Amino acid sequence: MKRRHLSGMLIALFFLFSPKAFALSDAFKDTIYNPGKLKPVDSVLKVKVGDPAPDFTLPSLNGTRVSLKDFKGKKNVVLSFVPAAWTPVCSDQWPGYNIAEDLFKARNTMLLGITVDNIPTLFAWTRQMGDLWFPVLSDFWPHGATAQRYGILRSDGTSERALFVIDTAGILRYIDVHDINQRPDLGVLMRELEKVSGASPH
Amino acid sequence: MHHFLKGFVAACLLLWAGPVFSTPSGPPTGQKLPDFTLTFTKGSDPGNSLGLEGKTEFSIPEIPFDVVIIEIFSMYCPHCQREAPAVNRFFEILTADPILSKKITLIGIGAGNSPYEVEVFRKKYEIPFPLFADGDFAIHKKIGEVRTPYFIGVKKKTDGTHEVFYSKLGGFESPEAFLDRILDAAGMKKGGDS
Repeated sequence: MKRRHLSGMLIALFFLFSPKAFALSDAFKDTIYNPGKLKPVDSVLKVKVGDPAPDFTLPSLNGTRVSLKDFKGKKNVVLSFVPAAWTPVCSDQWPGYNIAEDLFKARNTMLLGITVDNIPTLFAWTRQMGDLWFPVLSDFWPHGATAQRYGILRSDGTSERALFVIDTAGILRYIDVHDINQRPDLGVLMRELEKVSGASPH
Repeated sequence: MHHFLKGFVAACLLLWAGPVFSTPSGPPTGQKLPDFTLTFTKGSDPGNSLGLEGKTEFSIPEIPFDVVIIEIFSMYCPHCQREAPAVNRFFEILTADPILSKKITLIGIGAGNSPYEVEVFRKKYEIPFPLFADGDFAIHKKIGEVRTPYFIGVKKKTDGTHEVFYSKLGGFESPEAFLDRILDAAGMKKGGDS
């Protein structure tokens, strides 16, 4: 009887520990921490479409400091906030943007990748992605201050998985605070950029 | 026993609520491939290499080749990006061989990729073989949530059924070596004799 219980429990264990869905690139091997399914959104936006985008100045991986106002009058900007380095969906998001440089350029757009991690962590993590063409910015200190200004800092100190499209006049034109467990479709972002830039589909 | 059971269930619940560390594995060799269908979208099969023109969707066993190699990839995967030229070369070797070109074909399935994202990958790396979208991970879940790139070989048997004969993560260091491994695993000789 005991033995039957035990084998039943072992089978149940097998199913309990069956992995959750994420297409993780083998580039990261076993270095990715999977937190499991998280609350889809855990913050309240402080900006809306039509508002001037709050300015910020953040340190980038290459040692420079990047300000949003640097692009005003020149380029549209996409802010891609991802929750944290070394987590599943985030690790699979920027490498895709890395092969879409020509799509962003055709829409006169600069992409800025932002997380609340510190520079050394961002350095080690993005090394697995190859050479990224876009700046990666650290919103580490004061912790998550930029995410907080946009209203996307979660209660655990990570940020939402969020995309903001800002036009050349510095106005927010599209906001997608995405379900943190899922990756936004690049096609949707490109269509939004076409509306802002007037570029035709590729 | 009662206490043991309670403790066991509590431990299970705690563990389940926590992080997941298990490593997914792909479809086992010697068995049937899980059932799924693929949908043609604009540009899925630019060269009509599958010979399924006119169909809107199909399953793998419907592909009129003895052997079908499936690459599970993602446009978001750095290794898939790095290996894309070598996988293209593998397809070129197949199509240039008068015998192998009639027996073996190659397709790609973009795990979690929308049709738009699949086409971004195709254009970036000029992929000549058919690529299909699996935007909601439905196929990816069925085949065991493998890491990418992952290669699955499916072979038709003489009785009309099929089986998986190759199921491995990555390892695309050379298109020629990959072809040798595929032919060996499929029980085929170079030159196309089976």
